[in-house]
Amino acid sequence: MFGLSAKDTRFLLIVMFLTLATPILLQPFPENSAMAQFNAGYPDLMQKFAIFGIFAIGFNILFGLTGYLSFGHAAFLGVGSYTVVWMYKLLSYNILPGLILSIIISGLFALLIGFISLRRSGIYFSILTLAFAQMSYNLAYSVLTPITNGETGLQVYSNDPQMLAGANAPTSPHLFGIVMRESSEFAVGGWVFTFNNGYYFCAIIAILAFYLSMRIFRSPFGMMLRAIKTNQTRLNYTGLNPRPYTLAAFVISGMYAGLAGGLLAAMDPLAGAERMQWTASGEVVLMTILGGAGTLMGPVLGAGFIKYFENIFSKINDNVLHSWFAFMPDGMEDFLVALVHPFVGKGWHLTLGILFMMVVIFLPGGLVEGMQRISRLFRRKKATKPGGPDHEHHPKPAPHVAE
Amino acid sequence: MTISKLTRRGVIKTGAVTGAGLALPTIFTSAASAFTNEPTGSTVTLGFNVPQTGPYADEGLDELRAQELAVEHINGMGDGGMLNTFSSKVLDGTGIMGKKVEFVTGDTQTKSDAARASAKSMIEKDGVVMINGGSSSGVAIAVQGLCQEAGIIFMAGLTHSNDTTGKDRKANGFRHFFNAYMSGAALGPVLEKAYGTDRRAYHLTADYTWGYTQEASIQASTEALGWETVNKVKTPVGAGDFSSYITPVLQSGADVLILNHYGGDMINSITQAVQFGLRDKQVNGKNFEIVVPLYSELMAEGAGENIKGVYGSMNWNWQLQDAGTKAFVKSFGEKYGRPPSNSAHTCYVQTLLYADAVTRAGSFAPCAVAEALEGFEFDGMGNGPTLYRADDHQCFKDVLVMKGKDNPSTEFDILEVVEVTPRAQVEYAPDHEMFGGGEASLGECNNGA
Amino acid sequence: MEAILLQILNGLDKGSAYALIALGLTLIFGTLGVVNFAHGALFMIGAFCAVVMQRLLGLSFDQVDPSKTDFLGNPLVVQMPYVEKWFGPEIGAAIIDWSVPLAIFLAIPVMIALGFAMERGLIKHFYKRPHADQILVTFGLAIVLQEIIKYFFGANPIQSASPEAFAGSFDFGVLLGFDPNVIIYPYWRMVYFLFAALIIGGVFAFLQFTTFGMVVRAGMADRETVGLLGINIDRRFTIMFGLAAAVAGLAGVMYTPILSPNYHMGMEFLVLSFVVVVVGGMGSLPGAVLAGFLLGILQSFASMNEIKSVIPGIDQVIIYLIAILILLTRPRGLMGRKGVMED
Repeated sequence: MFGLSAKDTRFLLIVMFLTLATPILLQPFPENSAMAQFNAGYPDLMQKFAIFGIFAIGFNILFGLTGYLSFGHAAFLGVGSYTVVWMYKLLSYNILPGLILSIIISGLFALLIGFISLRRSGIYFSILTLAFAQMSYNLAYSVLTPITNGETGLQVYSNDPQMLAGANAPTSPHLFGIVMRESSEFAVGGWVFTFNNGYYFCAIIAILAFYLSMRIFRSPFGMMLRAIKTNQTRLNYTGLNPRPYTLAAFVISGMYAGLAGGLLAAMDPLAGAERMQWTASGEVVLMTILGGAGTLMGPVLGAGFIKYFENIFSKINDNVLHSWFAFMPDGMEDFLVALVHPFVGKGWHLTLGILFMMVVIFLPGGLVEGMQRISRLFRRKKATKPGGPDHEHHPKPAPHVAE
Repeated sequence: MTISKLTRRGVIKTGAVTGAGLALPTIFTSAASAFTNEPTGSTVTLGFNVPQTGPYADEGLDELRAQELAVEHINGMGDGGMLNTFSSKVLDGTGIMGKKVEFVTGDTQTKSDAARASAKSMIEKDGVVMINGGSSSGVAIAVQGLCQEAGIIFMAGLTHSNDTTGKDRKANGFRHFFNAYMSGAALGPVLEKAYGTDRRAYHLTADYTWGYTQEASIQASTEALGWETVNKVKTPVGAGDFSSYITPVLQSGADVLILNHYGGDMINSITQAVQFGLRDKQVNGKNFEIVVPLYSELMAEGAGENIKGVYGSMNWNWQLQDAGTKAFVKSFGEKYGRPPSNSAHTCYVQTLLYADAVTRAGSFAPCAVAEALEGFEFDGMGNGPTLYRADDHQCFKDVLVMKGKDNPSTEFDILEVVEVTPRAQVEYAPDHEMFGGGEASLGECNNGA
Repeated sequence: MEAILLQILNGLDKGSAYALIALGLTLIFGTLGVVNFAHGALFMIGAFCAVVMQRLLGLSFDQVDPSKTDFLGNPLVVQMPYVEKWFGPEIGAAIIDWSVPLAIFLAIPVMIALGFAMERGLIKHFYKRPHADQILVTFGLAIVLQEIIKYFFGANPIQSASPEAFAGSFDFGVLLGFDPNVIIYPYWRMVYFLFAALIIGGVFAFLQFTTFGMVVRAGMADRETVGLLGINIDRRFTIMFGLAAAVAGLAGVMYTPILSPNYHMGMEFLVLSFVVVVVGGMGSLPGAVLAGFLLGILQSFASMNEIKSVIPGIDQVIIYLIAILILLTRPRGLMGRKGVMED
């Protein structure tokens, strides 16, 4: 089905199911339990999972397949966001024109940067992409303020032309009237599940993006890219010029990044310059390596992992800690709070740093390898035959180290 | 499975906090919530969104301390702080309208994107009715826009750019902090008295929106004194080494250096300017001087000795002698062992003012709260009689002109209050050209869902 | 003319910092083949050695001064440093005043120990791993190191002044026949430049003229053969890592009077130092030093008003622009060797 092998089809169907069921899967704890802090099933975070998943999937097409490590992909993310917000300002809050244009413009931008940067390889390539992205960021933050609105971030003002906006058009991003930030909520027992229009829009695009990357991975083009990673010299000797292939991969991954950036602005109509900073480029590198570079599901896992920490762990403050340990005797409670305190809330960076190190030390293949080890363990018990290499999982709440 | 489009998360959340194991109703038949996150249980949740990582983490920490203290006072714990001196007496220490106040915290990272993500999670997940705090104008404007769209009240923390209540003003947003224009208006007369009317100023300006508005404000007020502006140079944010921007200053014939920098940039630029010996020089027969229009306690601490005798402005300072300030400094100092910073004061006062406005309005609905805050005049919160202007939601009060102290006795009194500039002197028209002119508008207030 | 002279001086100083950081980074690249994203953090830790020294010297006992009051109105508790008690107020104050140069003696053992620990405990397991893994693990380490510093010292920059003797600036212009006040340069920056020159010279002499250095250079060129000769190259590489950490740390210590240290400063220097190293050419020590000074000076020129008014924002991007131009015209940077880090 879909031009995929039976195994890949099953894989894709599972991914589709997990993606569409995310609002339920990420809400494992009832609202009134102390563990509700770890629920991640609210629209903004789910959207971020899907969007950064797309970003990482695209990055992986370049890095995972060809081995070219770009340190400047955030530039395309930023370009995508700015394009969409400019389309809001000029046309209307309908997200479609902006999204299409964001893919095109970031693709052109990637073509330009890729054409120059791909003249070098290895770390020289990385530094070239980094240099382009940092220049874009620095200029967007300062000199280009008339176009980007600098530090404040580009946003829509009431005196913008919005030429295509109808009289009754929604005043926030929408797709032909379907407003992105609207949600329906379902209450079941103590649980509340939020089904957000924006999330489902992102989820459908993410599934398409995933499907496309699957096709690329399995295609002759994908084989060619892998060949470049394995041995570029040998490829040269066979009379093939790898440059057009790497450039194509670079542009495709740039377009994925542009799409992700566009979606960020489609969910939230503001484009900030920080999106282009090297830390943002570094983040997607970390997501991909952390999840497992070169695997289909790894980058998505990595994206979910990092975004989960950023949004959930940073919100655990001392009050929350006290409420968790309140059942303990006083001295014990204070001791435990003091023990956990440096790792959560304002110390969430520390936990993230430690986990980066742990994963890369103990799971050289990233989170995907961890999943494979677990599933192998599981299968050995059941004594079934070993399965395929790409066992997939959806971004789930990370291990609760703070419990 | 029960379907209810009208359920707001806050409903369950607030009902839930009081008792675990309490059987929760699964059907919400109550009337549609009138506004986003309407609190229906026995508690109400506020969101404190401050930088907890990155360069302004310490400032965020101080804001958080003040906000926690404010919640204590509203809930009737502690000594009540400024509630005892506040001219409005509707808060009685039983929370807000009988609901106990709870709070959630988030990390803005001093980045617009991260701040909005954190604010969204507070709105969508924790069901907050109001967001307070922050330490940068870019972040304040970004979060203010978000709160406007979502339909909750936003009160900015430390944000000094004219834009926050200028061209980016929003009906759901309020600012207690002063702004760049007020800094200029307050500093002008003091600079005239200290340095005369015949001066040549050289600006070094952080290359982003806040820097631009402060540069324009200070330039306008110094040129009104008769000073000449020799040059205005933009410096990259986080430049670290400012030497190549400082060395041309002396050659330019300028005799005053104005540093439109904040935080780490300001600490480095003033330290290096002093190292280059600028303040020991004589130019045009006058002593060379440095001015830092916006001061903060943490910056002063970081710059140490170098700010001795340097003028700047501040929103508030713990050394003020009015009853409100004394009460606040006492309860903050006893709890945390240090005096509050001026951004902590802003966040504390805003939390109390929000609680007060809700109580006076008799409703948590953002539009009702905004209406209660608009044109609200009060006293007893430091800075004397204070007005929240209805036209642009900017707070008007006395502004402080500060100077680096020559012989500080502790790490906390590095700055001294030189003058308390009366409110009338820093007022301006709501359609002032630096504030977006006639085009700027608050828009409609938004109650959300 | 004066302006250009001045910017060359500024550039030399910026360049010395860049060169020192890049030198350490290149030592690690060249000898161990490891991409060390924690190098900025080492620079930062070095800077905090100065802060720690300041705190150590400032260790005090409490003394109540009834004549003054604190912010709550209670009698003021004055801190009396022990050194002032032991050595008398004047010598004591002088010792505290010299805390930044004295911190060198703290930084050297601390940084070497940290370098050893890093190499033995972590880095050595990553020699055979892909560069991407090295990046991830050292980046994680950098975050952990800076969060530890933040936990103890907060996020606010901490002032650490140069000794009183080096405060103020020297009027170069008068020496060269210009008007006074035209070309002035702070004493401390001259100290920093000389210090950097000394360290760079020292590292080169060490590698050039000692047997140890010879072996390491041989190891950089062909690790396997050196191993086959029965030389324990691993132990020498550990020592090189310690040396590189010490160079980064010393660069940090002496830079504190120019740039007040904060826990974040390592990340700010990280990207820049990589650009410098790559522009210089991977694995080339002279290249790193040359690129450091070149970028420092060009950045200073780009900050001149005359140039900024023609090309706005040029000072924001000059480093990256130069990096692109150099990499496009010289594929392996200024002095890079073939085959290093190209896969």
